[in-house]
Amino acid sequence: MNRRRWEEHIFRGLMLASVLLVLTSLAGILLVVCLKGIPAMSISMVTKTSEGGFYLGKGGGVLNAIVGSFSLAGGAVLIALLLSVIVALCINAPSIRSRWYVRIFRFCVEVLTGVPSIVYGAFGFTVMLSLGIRASLLGGTITVAILILPIMVRLMDEVISNVPKGLLEATLSLGAREWEASFRVVLRQSLSGVVTAVLIAFGRGIGDAASVLFTAGFSDHIPSSLTQPVATLPLAVFFQLATPSAEVRMKAYASALILTTIVLLTSIGARLIGSRLSRHTIR
Amino acid sequence: MKTGRLKDRIFLGSGRLIALIIGLLVFVMVGGLLARSLPLLKTHSLGTLLLSSSWRPLKGEFGFLPYIVGTLWVTGVAMAIVVPIGLLAAVYLSEFAAVRVKRIVMPAIDLLAGVPSVVFGACGVVVVVPFIRDVLAPALGLVSSGYSVLAGSIVLAVMVFPIMINGTCEILQTVPHDLREAALSLGTTRWEAIKLVVLRKAAPGIITSVVLSFARAIGETIAVLMVVGNVAHIPHGLLQPAYPLPALIANNYGEMLSIPLYDSALMFAALVLLGVVVAFELIAGVVMHGMKRSLAS
Repeated sequence: MNRRRWEEHIFRGLMLASVLLVLTSLAGILLVVCLKGIPAMSISMVTKTSEGGFYLGKGGGVLNAIVGSFSLAGGAVLIALLLSVIVALCINAPSIRSRWYVRIFRFCVEVLTGVPSIVYGAFGFTVMLSLGIRASLLGGTITVAILILPIMVRLMDEVISNVPKGLLEATLSLGAREWEASFRVVLRQSLSGVVTAVLIAFGRGIGDAASVLFTAGFSDHIPSSLTQPVATLPLAVFFQLATPSAEVRMKAYASALILTTIVLLTSIGARLIGSRLSRHTIR
Repeated sequence: MKTGRLKDRIFLGSGRLIALIIGLLVFVMVGGLLARSLPLLKTHSLGTLLLSSSWRPLKGEFGFLPYIVGTLWVTGVAMAIVVPIGLLAAVYLSEFAAVRVKRIVMPAIDLLAGVPSVVFGACGVVVVVPFIRDVLAPALGLVSSGYSVLAGSIVLAVMVFPIMINGTCEILQTVPHDLREAALSLGTTRWEAIKLVVLRKAAPGIITSVVLSFARAIGETIAVLMVVGNVAHIPHGLLQPAYPLPALIANNYGEMLSIPLYDSALMFAALVLLGVVVAFELIAGVVMHGMKRSLAS
């Protein structure tokens, strides 16, 4: 009897310790980023682009990388949103939802979400090489769009497939067409989920380094056209950390702080907007 | 009325077309990478590529063994950390934690999942590497630069925690409540009910989360690359540096077009990664399918 009680206590203790360990690592990461990043932070980091010799310790900031990251991730999200909304609504449309290929499609999406981003990067690079496109904003945006597309489809599908059947049936019985039911009722009903999906995908896209390494290149300037190479924040952090100069490495932590702040705000925003918009859904 | 039907056609047609393209993407990726690695595969046998450890691109020798072993070391040790801790944390969160606690902890875990990999890498450089170099290695009487298999594994483990915990929590919640109650009514403690009934019933699903976590871990690039040392040899201990496949791809994209067959070799490395991940996802899918069936019956 005593042994059983001990076992119970020991395992509960271990479980609690495991949860605490995971939470501590999150807190530790945030703490390190803040402690290292705040002292190195300055206004010029976010208002100036990198000057020549920035990586040797010269002046300037990472505005080029901030603008680059936002335009790249923003463009990628727009492309992926357009495609994923149509697909997610389509596979849940009444005349499609029970077809045999929907299950295969869902599985393919599942597999794609697990494919490492370096593989997307390598694949994007291969395609760009055969099309003769150099590392550019265009190449990076499309690669990141392909990277986040499965994530968005999956998140939206999860919400859209949970829309009450009765709602759809009522709409159809009033004589609505499938596209009307899908876009005017189902989409509105799952709007909060769609917004959450967009924000989560944006966070993933802006934080990913491996996929843009080959495809977006790097540049000290803000690109003026789609065919120019573009700097991104994760790569800025990566390159700055790799330099021998201690001063530049300090700036890497400031860049990391900027990146983490953007990603965390997006993540928190996803949660808040999700719950706010869902007040208007019919349950 | 007619325009309505047309719009339906356009909506369903374009939806299915996009779905088809997404569905074929895996095959297109395999095909594209395979086409790029063909020049290498034509002149080198698969056996020498995977089992030789001489890596001299300038001499045309491409032995991937050090990289493959490095990948397995880092990922394997990371999984040895993730599986027990992630499993225990998931059991706590789904079986014991009060709603109040869950409402704080689950979003925190989602936040952890959202932290960019380069930030994990930076924290690894600041915390984990010096810890191994200055504390752990001297305590064991060894000398290590800190950039090592263990550093990579620790960083990787923290990154994969959310996937393991979320996946396992989801699975545990599908186990019917009656089963727990039946076990408790027979006089088990709560832990015994979990150990003997819930975990056993959820075993295929837990295996699935482990497999998916492994698939995610094996392809992680930037964070691992920053702390693992990147020395192309077969590591003989946890405190030695290693050079995993994703790091190989990421580090050499610059010069790969200037050396013959080098680009082919890197694309082959990407193909190997893709192949492993797809195989793992297939296994996870099959196991999961079986579990859903057994829960339904």
